[in-house]
Amino acid sequence: MSSRPVIDVSPLPKFAFGHKGLIWWGTTGFMVIEGSMFVMALIVYFYLRLKVDQWPPSLPNPDIGFATANLLLILASCLPNAFAKKAAERFDLGKVRLWLVVLSLIGVVALVLRAFEYTQLNCRWDDNAYGSIVWLLLSLHTVHVATDVVDGAVLTALMFIGPVTDRRFVDVSENSLYWYFIVAWWIPIYLTIYFAPRWL
Amino acid sequence: MESGSGQSGAPVERVEPYPDAAAEARLRRQLEETWHVPAGFLGWFAVTDHRTIGRRYIATAFVFFLIGGVLAALMRIQLAVPDNHFLGPDLYNQVFTMHGTVMMFLFAVPVMEAMAVYLVPLMVGTRNIAFPRLNTFSYFVYLFGGIMVIVAMLVNSAPDAGWFAYVPLSGPDYTPGKRADFWAQLITFTEVAALAVAVEIVATVFKMRAPGMSLNRIPLFVWSMLVTAFMIIFAMPAVVLGSTFLLLDRLVGTHFYNPAEGGDALLWQHLFWFFGHPEVYIIFVPALGMVSAIVATFTQRPIFGYRAMVLSLVATGFIGFGLWVHHMFATGLPQLGLTYFTAASMIISIPSGVQIFCWIASIWRGHPRLATPMLFVLGFIAIFVLGGLSGVTLASVPFDLQVHDTYYVVAHFHYVLLGGAVFPLIGALYFWFPKITGRMMSERLGVLNFWTLFIGFNVTFFPMHILGFQGMPRRVYTYPAEMGWGPLNLVATAGAVLLIAGGALFVFNAVRSYVAGTIAGDDPWHGETLEWATASPPPVYNFLHIPVIEGRHAMWDRSLAPPVVTGLRSDCREVLITDVMGAEPVHAYELPEPSIWPFLCSIVTSAFFVGSIFTPWALPVSILPLTVTLIGWFWPKPHPNLRGDQPLVRPVEAEG
Repeated sequence: MSSRPVIDVSPLPKFAFGHKGLIWWGTTGFMVIEGSMFVMALIVYFYLRLKVDQWPPSLPNPDIGFATANLLLILASCLPNAFAKKAAERFDLGKVRLWLVVLSLIGVVALVLRAFEYTQLNCRWDDNAYGSIVWLLLSLHTVHVATDVVDGAVLTALMFIGPVTDRRFVDVSENSLYWYFIVAWWIPIYLTIYFAPRWL
Repeated sequence: MESGSGQSGAPVERVEPYPDAAAEARLRRQLEETWHVPAGFLGWFAVTDHRTIGRRYIATAFVFFLIGGVLAALMRIQLAVPDNHFLGPDLYNQVFTMHGTVMMFLFAVPVMEAMAVYLVPLMVGTRNIAFPRLNTFSYFVYLFGGIMVIVAMLVNSAPDAGWFAYVPLSGPDYTPGKRADFWAQLITFTEVAALAVAVEIVATVFKMRAPGMSLNRIPLFVWSMLVTAFMIIFAMPAVVLGSTFLLLDRLVGTHFYNPAEGGDALLWQHLFWFFGHPEVYIIFVPALGMVSAIVATFTQRPIFGYRAMVLSLVATGFIGFGLWVHHMFATGLPQLGLTYFTAASMIISIPSGVQIFCWIASIWRGHPRLATPMLFVLGFIAIFVLGGLSGVTLASVPFDLQVHDTYYVVAHFHYVLLGGAVFPLIGALYFWFPKITGRMMSERLGVLNFWTLFIGFNVTFFPMHILGFQGMPRRVYTYPAEMGWGPLNLVATAGAVLLIAGGALFVFNAVRSYVAGTIAGDDPWHGETLEWATASPPPVYNFLHIPVIEGRHAMWDRSLAPPVVTGLRSDCREVLITDVMGAEPVHAYELPEPSIWPFLCSIVTSAFFVGSIFTPWALPVSILPLTVTLIGWFWPKPHPNLRGDQPLVRPVEAEG
């Protein structure tokens, strides 16, 4: 059967930022999956809370020093993150490099602070169900931070050693989106781990 | 009617002379070279082509189906007569647990996703699935998970606490050893694989549809897979978390399910069934799409009530999440809460009913051709209506409490799962076999196949309703003769013999037709959707030109010289990305080349999952290799022609 060409797509761009592109949909898909997991884990926390009278059950409250420092750091990272995203969408290689390096350093510091956070939980995962869910919540978030730090470091390296293509800038932009996701989830998880025992 | 012409979404109208035959042949050669499937031993592991992975996925799922079937046969032999000692109680526990686990996690969900992996890119008119390397990764993770649990079974370590592995029975106190851990990690394996495919399907359906295929022209099968993918995305995280808790309780002494330390055993049931009930629909909704495809083709009429059908699918997807507690009516939850779940459980019969009536209306208006796929659809309607009715009865709490854990429930869910999913699936395989292999399956054997399965199914499972009323509990390895359950059990076992014969007949027909079936040609059934527009089996690039869709029924609304897209590069794996609503072209996008890294990554992932059954050190040990394989996977290939000093070119907007 002979065909009739009616659309010529050769002038179309070879990539697109945000929801016009394909990568955004993959990133968003996995953010929804992981977000569902966070929601479930938080529900489990409060479900377990309802099962006992005292919270934390016969354990001291967690200390908030390192955790709060980490919260402030992670919130502050939104700024360089926004700069990196904007620079990527303008194909500004110099600025992309700069902000990616800054973000990588922030990520490493956040992970170090996170290591100290574990020492301030004042419980072990095998003390009781409270300890189990607290460790799980913190670890679930830590896995995300660590993944993005490694991912960001590789992306930073790529932006230095090349080849730098249009699509690398899309990757930087989507990576920023994913970091926002990690930042946003830290707020409810921080409040739950450190303040639910005080307020509830 | 709604699909009328005049709304074809062609942003850049440009009429050119027909390309000449020599140019077409050149294009064909170049596409073949560009989209080649890697050959050789290593190539087998590096392939990222959706048709190859889809075929493997389907074949693997059917191997597990046969294994599950053999386990079922063992149970039927054991239960055929009272006081039987063919299987001991311990072995029987393993056999029924593995039967359910294999059928649900290694057959039913994967086979539906496998059909989507093969068919969805063809039906939406693109060259490959979105994220092809993830697709390869998904297949190998699934394969390795399945191999793990089968090996565990062969060394007498199969899970034995039921397919839903309730705690405390599956917890550290009552299931020492590793049986429950294999179960928990099998869940992780299959969920990772399923979630990966779900994301691919969503991205493929939303962003890779051929121009003109606006939302209201998406084929019903594709709609059904889209709804399924969303259900997977929202349901499976619950069970991933739940089974991780179970593993942690057993491995490192956490107390999620330990009431003595503030944990809660019912928490497991909530997490499991919040996934487990949508799971039923994850299996059933794709089957609805298959039925619609078959009914439309074999009546040669568009399905009656397209919008009602789509809305019913979406409604099923939503309501499916509000039913999980009806599996827990016997756990002593508050009465008021239960009434909500009764209502929801009854409400879900409405969208199912709407679809049944739409199909009946379609068949009524058309002149159905009773070929094998259509016979399976009619069998589905009969069996599924019965299963649906027993489902409505079970939604009522007092009745449920009477028959809870009896064979009435076994009868019900085999009517809905086999009737609702396996019958359409077998019909779908008869339907799409010519597309996948290029050859027709034998029609004579097909009809025989249908009747053996249909009669065998009803003889096996109908008596179980009555056995349930007579009080026969599930999961008992034998029963005393004086209970009087012997005769009906013998009838059920006789039916199982027929079912097995039907299964064997299907395998025989498939193998024989694969080797020596009649050559099918592109479109043997005069099908409705795009997969019939290309050769059988489809070439590695699916379509020579990306088609432009002229109506809801892509093939039936096609003009004599069908409009196509030009300008996609043929010297790299370029696909067209379109927008979500109207499928207007947005940009061209190069998909990655085949790669060995996803396979290597799946090996590391599998080693981590299996290792974590035995030691928590599996995590730190696997971090480095996992990172290396992921970096290898995502490391870009240099593309001088895509160097990024050009500004973003805005796509040409539609005129007017």
